[in-house]
Amino acid sequence: MKIKQSPSGIVFQVFNYIFLIAIALICILPFINLLAISFSSKIAVTGGWVTFWPIKFTTGAYGFIMKNMAFARSLGVSIHRTLLGVVINIVLIVLTAYPLSKSKSGFPARSYYSWFFIITILFSGGLIPSYMMVKYTGLMDKIWALVLPSALPVFSMLVVMNYMRGLPQELEEAAYIDGANHVQTLLKVILPVCTPTLATVTLFSFVFHWNSWFDGMIYMNSIQKYPLQSYLQTVVINPEAFFRNTTNMSTEVAVYLKLVNARTTNAAQLFLATIPILAVYPFLQKYFTTGLVMGSVKG
Amino acid sequence: MRNNLIFSKGIIKSGRRKDKIIRQLPLHVMLIPAVILVAIYSYGSMAGISIAFQKFKPTNGLFGSEWVGLNNFRTLFAMPNIWSVIRNTLTISLAKMVAGVIVPVTFALMLNEVKNMGIKRTVQTFVYLPNFLSWIILSGIFTDILSPSSGMVNMLLSKIGISSIFFLGDQTWFPITMVLTDIWKSFGFGSVIYLAALSGIDPALYESAEIDGARRWKQTIHITLPGILSMVILMTVLSMANILNGGFDQIYNMYNPSVYATGDILDTFVFRLGIEHAQYALSTAASLFKSVISFIFIVSSYYMADRFAGYRIF
Repeated sequence: MKIKQSPSGIVFQVFNYIFLIAIALICILPFINLLAISFSSKIAVTGGWVTFWPIKFTTGAYGFIMKNMAFARSLGVSIHRTLLGVVINIVLIVLTAYPLSKSKSGFPARSYYSWFFIITILFSGGLIPSYMMVKYTGLMDKIWALVLPSALPVFSMLVVMNYMRGLPQELEEAAYIDGANHVQTLLKVILPVCTPTLATVTLFSFVFHWNSWFDGMIYMNSIQKYPLQSYLQTVVINPEAFFRNTTNMSTEVAVYLKLVNARTTNAAQLFLATIPILAVYPFLQKYFTTGLVMGSVKG
Repeated sequence: MRNNLIFSKGIIKSGRRKDKIIRQLPLHVMLIPAVILVAIYSYGSMAGISIAFQKFKPTNGLFGSEWVGLNNFRTLFAMPNIWSVIRNTLTISLAKMVAGVIVPVTFALMLNEVKNMGIKRTVQTFVYLPNFLSWIILSGIFTDILSPSSGMVNMLLSKIGISSIFFLGDQTWFPITMVLTDIWKSFGFGSVIYLAALSGIDPALYESAEIDGARRWKQTIHITLPGILSMVILMTVLSMANILNGGFDQIYNMYNPSVYATGDILDTFVFRLGIEHAQYALSTAASLFKSVISFIFIVSSYYMADRFAGYRIF
């Protein structure tokens, strides 16, 4: 049965569609503008003519980035950091979520461990104490400074733990009767059915590591070791502060920074750094709804 | 015979208990790596709040410097700009909290009225995207398009006869811009949870309302809104935990000294004090102040969420 729309209903529908499409455009147009600027000539950009389509199309900005090693080097650091970070995150999440998903009678120490981890969500030492711990453990200027302090993302762990807890009890009982020990149960029985939730936390972990910029800036001593986002912070967002704070910077780097700091090059670099997120975005969209709902609302 | 039976039962039981402990051993072993790392980097830095009570010298370790009691806090709260920093933090975070509930709810309600799946999906794909990009990328984009001389936004404004606005350099506009751009980034993703709640409403309710002659608008007020109300309350309560989070990543990458008066928040203040000026003890005192207030708000928000919405994180 089709219900007839009232005239006011039709007006609302039309208005609603126009409004939502406008909102969607507001969300996406800044990126189109960025892309257009990155492919336009410097003169057109300086003149302020570029909106959503490149003017005097050129790939000059991208060519300039390719020729200079700085961008590629930071890209390398970012890839290294993300791979290492995601692997460590996932291994620790699984190793922690599995024991904590046991029932209280199956693993009485569970609640002590749970509180141990949950307290870290509620309270943190803050910037300087965290900085000092990295310093005292000798991680300064090493890639480990970017992955070890955030080795266990507690929220993601809780999401996986809740998922494991929701699995049918029979799975584990069957494995136990067949004589499987905990390691075998985890690897052969539990993990294979946890794929959706593991996909969710892997993606979030990937986005977290790819997007992190602050730790790179405070723990790495030279721009050569910066991951991509920290490099962009220095080159695109805040070049003045970099010049002001750096006294022993080689003139070569300084000259490079001056050259690279142009609107078209900035846009090109920002866009390149967005590509990995765009690449995983379809998967993110597929999985984050389940992950979010599972992590937050539990009956 | 009976005694024997009890006795043998006892053996089985104690044997089982021993078995159990042995069987649980791998579970403890699995937890070791995470426990060690969390102990060092989370609990270690919690112990590091001792810095706030010392005349701290990094070479002396976390506990080796001269203890000065609450001196650092006295110095901190005697600083001329600390109160304006606290006020800015509260203003910006409260505005973000309020808008962060209203905008996603409204958007979810409007999107829920869309029956064309293709358009619905496309809109969703576009509005969720900004949430996954870092403030570095987004600040780069906003600094460019909000620029008063050559930015796209001011170009469009000038076409409709509005003189150019210095969004990131004007003391009045800066906090407003921070709230607007933060909403721009997060409202789409924030609406996901409400859309999930909306799809959970029983369609039979709408059908019977239809038969009773209720129009769409009445249905929204009497079925849709009550259907997501508990989720709205829950998200509001949980957002209270962010009372002192003005948004470091965003503001640090967009502010400049000319807007410190209205744009400097606790986290940026802590950063400049600690990293740029190497005032480790003062900076730690400021962040301890923030942590304690946040802790109170987080714990009470979780308590209220549990009380009123049955929400538990574990």
